[in-house]
Formats: sequence, C-alpha cells, structure tokens
Amino acid sequence: MSDFFSMGGHGFYIWASYGMTALFMIVEVLVVVLSNRAVRQRLTRMVRAEARTSHRQKD
Amino acid sequence: MGFKNSIAWYYFSSPKNFYALAGKLIPWFWVLAIGLIGVGLYMSFFVAPTDYKQGESYRIIFIHVPAAWMSMFIYLVMAAYAIIGLAWKVRMADMMASALAPTGAMFTFLALWTGAFWGKPTWGTYWVWDARLTSELILLFLYIGFISLQSAIDDPRRAAKASGLLAIVGVINLPIIYFSVKWWNTLHQGASVSPTMAPKMASIMLTTMLIMAIGFWMYTIAVVLMRARRIVLERERQTGWVRELLLGEGK
Repeated sequence: MSDFFSMGGHGFYIWASYGMTALFMIVEVLVVVLSNRAVRQRLTRMVRAEARTSHRQKD
Repeated sequence: MGFKNSIAWYYFSSPKNFYALAGKLIPWFWVLAIGLIGVGLYMSFFVAPTDYKQGESYRIIFIHVPAAWMSMFIYLVMAAYAIIGLAWKVRMADMMASALAPTGAMFTFLALWTGAFWGKPTWGTYWVWDARLTSELILLFLYIGFISLQSAIDDPRRAAKASGLLAIVGVINLPIIYFSVKWWNTLHQGASVSPTMAPKMASIMLTTMLIMAIGFWMYTIAVVLMRARRIVLERERQTGWVRELLLGEGK
C-alpha cells in the first residue's frame, strides 16, 4: 500500500498533479451547481414579485 | 441534408430550445464522463506499466496531455462561437463562448500545474521560459482577459463583442503552442501523438491517455452546458418562457 503511494519516490509529484486536477474539477462542478441554484432562486423571486405587482394593478 | 442541418442549427440557436435540450443531455454526459475518467484512472495506476526511462512520474501524462488538449480545443470552440456570434448576431453563440471560458482557463492552469510537477523530476525544474510553456501561459492570460472583459462591461451585447474580438485575435496563439516544440529548441518533449506519425508510446499508454482525454471532453460538455443554462436564464429573464418556467417552480 505504501509502495503504491510512494510511486517509486515520485509520489509527491504524481499526487500533487492528480490531487490538484481532482480538486479543481470537483470544485468547478460545485461552483456551477451552487451558482445555478442561486441564480434560479434570485430570478424566481424577481419574477414572482413582478407578477404580484402587476396582479394588484389589474385589481 | 444541408437543408435539414440548417434547420437543426436554427432550432437550437433559440435559447428556449437549447435550454430544454441541454437539460436532457447533461445527465448522459455526466454518466460518460464519470465512467471514462473512472476507467482511465484505473488504467493509469494499475494497468499501464512503469516507464523504463522516467519510472513512475510519467503517469502524470494521463492527465497532463488531456488537460493540455482541452485547453487548446476549448479555446478553438470558444473562438468559433465568438465568430458566429459576431458575424450572425446569434445570442446563443455568445452565451456558449462565455460558458466555455472558465472551463478552458481551468484546464490551461491544470496543464501548466501538472506540467510543472512532471518537469521537476524529469528536467530538474518546475518552470522554464521555453516556447511551449510560455505560449501555454499566454493562453491562460487570454482566457483570463476574455473573462475579465465580460465582467467589466455591463451591456451583454457590447461585452460579447469586445471579448469575442479578443478570443478571435488570440487564436493565433494556438498554432504557436502546437508547433512550438518543432519550431524552437524546447526543453519540452515533442508531440506524443501526431496525426502524421506512428505513436511513439506503448499502445496501452496511448489507450489510457485517449480514454482520459475523451472523459475530460465529456466532463467539459456536461459542465459547460450547465453553465450555459444559467447564462440563458439570466439573459433571457425578460422573455415569456423564462418567466413561465420560473413561476411554475415550487408550486
């Protein structure tokens, strides 16, 4: 097992490369999911608020 | 066929149709991305043999080369969308260009990062101002310039125009990156895979690298389509279909 992680003495370079790549790709997906959700919620609130005001004006 | 094709192009250049189609496709691209990258990772560590010259450190190639390919390919696609957006005023093309940029910048950074950590055990240094490395760094600056221009200009049409022009001019950097290892005496090694030569790698290594590259590609499509859907909602929020979509939520 520790043989696997040491990678013939090159473990540091290999895990720094694979680790950073995994981190960036996972964080990118999280950022996109969270900001998509935030934008949808913000826009939904805006559209609902506008729909209410235009409804009142008709009454 | 030309006629049918042009209808399909027209159909999906409508943000509404794009939004619906992308929503259906995204899960499939995630399945492909996770499957291919999973297989690629397994092969990278458990199937591909130790390199007789570089030892284990060469295993970085399985993410370094795919990341570097994506960094250039995404730029090319982004510039193509920028041209379509500028020449034919297709809003959806501008939105796709914006959606591609962050992922392109990420892969450019990762190509540089993994290259540095491969260079250290191989060449004895993390960085040299060699033509390949420098032109790849310029690519990162082009992506950053594109993204900053878009966020600096409030009007989306003017932002698309300015950043689109930058993207198109920057295309000149792509052949420089690609051919740099031929044109100049670089520390960076020559092409591992080229369309005109038989591959210089063992076929198991080549297969692993290609599986990872296709996996990264599927990942890119999935994440870019998700980002593009958000951009569509933001820019089209005044239209009837977006309002209906949002009002229909949570009822």
